[in-house]
Amino acid sequence: MAEIRSSQAQPKSEPGHPAAQPQAQGGPVEVSAIRRFLLSRGNSAIADRGFSWLMLLCALSIFGIVVLIATELMQRSHLAWSTFGLSFFFSAFTDPDTKLTMFWDPINGHFSALPFLYGTLVSSFLALLLAVPLAIGVAIFLTEMCPQFLRGPLAFITELLAAIPSVIYGLWAVFVLVPLLREHVNPVLIQLLGWTGFFNDDNPTGLGFVSAGVILAIMILPIISSLTREVMSAVPHSQREAVLALGATRWEMIRMGVLRNARIGIVGGVILGLGRALGETMAVTMVIGNTPQIQRSLLSNGASMASVIANEFAEASSDLHLSALTEIGLALFIVTIIVNALARVLVWAVTRGAPARVG
Amino acid sequence: MAILSTVLVVAPLVAIFAYLIYKGASSLSWAFFTQIPKPEGELGGGMANAIVGSAVLLGISSAIGIPIGIGGGIYLAEFGRGTKLANMVRFTADVLNGVPSIVMGLAVYSLIVYRQKHFSAFSGGVALGIMMIPTVCRTTEEMLLMVPHAVREAALALGVPNWRSVLSITVKTASPGIITGCMLAFARVAGETAPLIFTAFGNSNWSVNPNEAISALPLQIYNYAISPYDDLHKLAWAGALVLIVLIVLAVSLVRFVASRGILKGAS
Repeated sequence: MAEIRSSQAQPKSEPGHPAAQPQAQGGPVEVSAIRRFLLSRGNSAIADRGFSWLMLLCALSIFGIVVLIATELMQRSHLAWSTFGLSFFFSAFTDPDTKLTMFWDPINGHFSALPFLYGTLVSSFLALLLAVPLAIGVAIFLTEMCPQFLRGPLAFITELLAAIPSVIYGLWAVFVLVPLLREHVNPVLIQLLGWTGFFNDDNPTGLGFVSAGVILAIMILPIISSLTREVMSAVPHSQREAVLALGATRWEMIRMGVLRNARIGIVGGVILGLGRALGETMAVTMVIGNTPQIQRSLLSNGASMASVIANEFAEASSDLHLSALTEIGLALFIVTIIVNALARVLVWAVTRGAPARVG
Repeated sequence: MAILSTVLVVAPLVAIFAYLIYKGASSLSWAFFTQIPKPEGELGGGMANAIVGSAVLLGISSAIGIPIGIGGGIYLAEFGRGTKLANMVRFTADVLNGVPSIVMGLAVYSLIVYRQKHFSAFSGGVALGIMMIPTVCRTTEEMLLMVPHAVREAALALGVPNWRSVLSITVKTASPGIITGCMLAFARVAGETAPLIFTAFGNSNWSVNPNEAISALPLQIYNYAISPYDDLHKLAWAGALVLIVLIVLAVSLVRFVASRGILKGAS
């Protein structure tokens, strides 16, 4: 910077001050022609430094946010932590009157996060089970076999799916998906797979883990498929050509040339989808049934970590209740941080540091 | 196989949109845009206060999220390029992007609502603003990286101070892309419900005061969808249609700008 500036200033200063003169007069005082010129344009050294500090501050605020979330949640959940300790996450108790196993009883002050951990895991796992094969199929179609004119609109549609707010997914699920599953899909499941014990017909509402899993699958599909597409198009063309040259069919080419090379990135995309599914709130809250229980049947009502917070936080009255809900939030925060970091590392490993974009 | 799965993916989208338009359009009316909700049990009413509330919340969140996000993006692209710190910021931004919105709501509740002892529009705006920062930051960085080096050098060669060169040359060149990123972040938080449940809380009366509880479109949709009344369900569908139209407009605009943006040739 300074060099550019001074070379510009030199010609003007030369008539009055020959280059040797400042030195002869002994000092930094008489470099002033250049200096005066610079000062007349405002002291950009200070402004420049200030600006870069300001920008650095903005960048550091991202760390600040993470630290802020962590400390606030820890502070607020301290009461629950000191009351229950680690057993908060796996204890259960028996109700003295009804002899039933209970987990969550705000009125009597018994709190255990176990049913919510279970609900989150089961619904997310169901969602992945449904979404992953579909997402990989879509990515294969888009990168390997789709005619050029369809590629743009289809990518746009997947983008749109990612942009729909979760409350609208929830609204649609409550009034369209749940009745559909209740009338047509659940009876079939009960008839075919009822013997496994995973599908019982004791819940006439249609709400429950299966409904939550299906709507979650629809919601995480775009994320998984767009990331899978990204890592698959990062596989070099020479790989495909080499496999084809060996006499492979198209499917063999995709399997051996593309999927095998992209598998780490695909796993990253799946984990990223898992991260979304774990934290998804509104749609799940609306269809999971919000009952803190652990049942073998996937058609029974349940509750997830995010759904119980959304459902009870605004109405929670006791400090312990609030604190317990915050502790669930803290657990959710830590888990999603770990899951997302893992996914980013995996995706970066494949696309070699190229920015991984979602949506 | 692949074609089948693509059809299976497109089907829910078509179904959602068809239902939204079918149900939403039939319950949209003039009153929807001009009236506030009627007391429980009465028919009619609208969501005017929720639309205004959403606008207030988004205004507050943009005022927080966009400057900080753009600043962070400028740091990543202009000052911290290749440094370890920049890599860490980038990584943290990506991870923060995946943190569930309800956790943001919890944190802001404990930061502001818990201390003030009342729900407020301001706290809702803060929660949404924090959610905008990582998205805006990352897209700004990507867009700035596309600006060719020659442009920066030309500005500096004219003796423009670095900060001016960044703000009025580099950022200006990349501005269509940066605006795109802001719109994307905007569209994302416009539909957020979870962080608002216990920050903005909702309000069935008119309110534009940032210090009071305020209603928001997605919040109202949620409350109406889980209510037992058919009339309110209709309003929820209408609200959802309005919300989705706004978001689709934003996303299409973004795609339009991105596809024929000035940056295409520059990179």
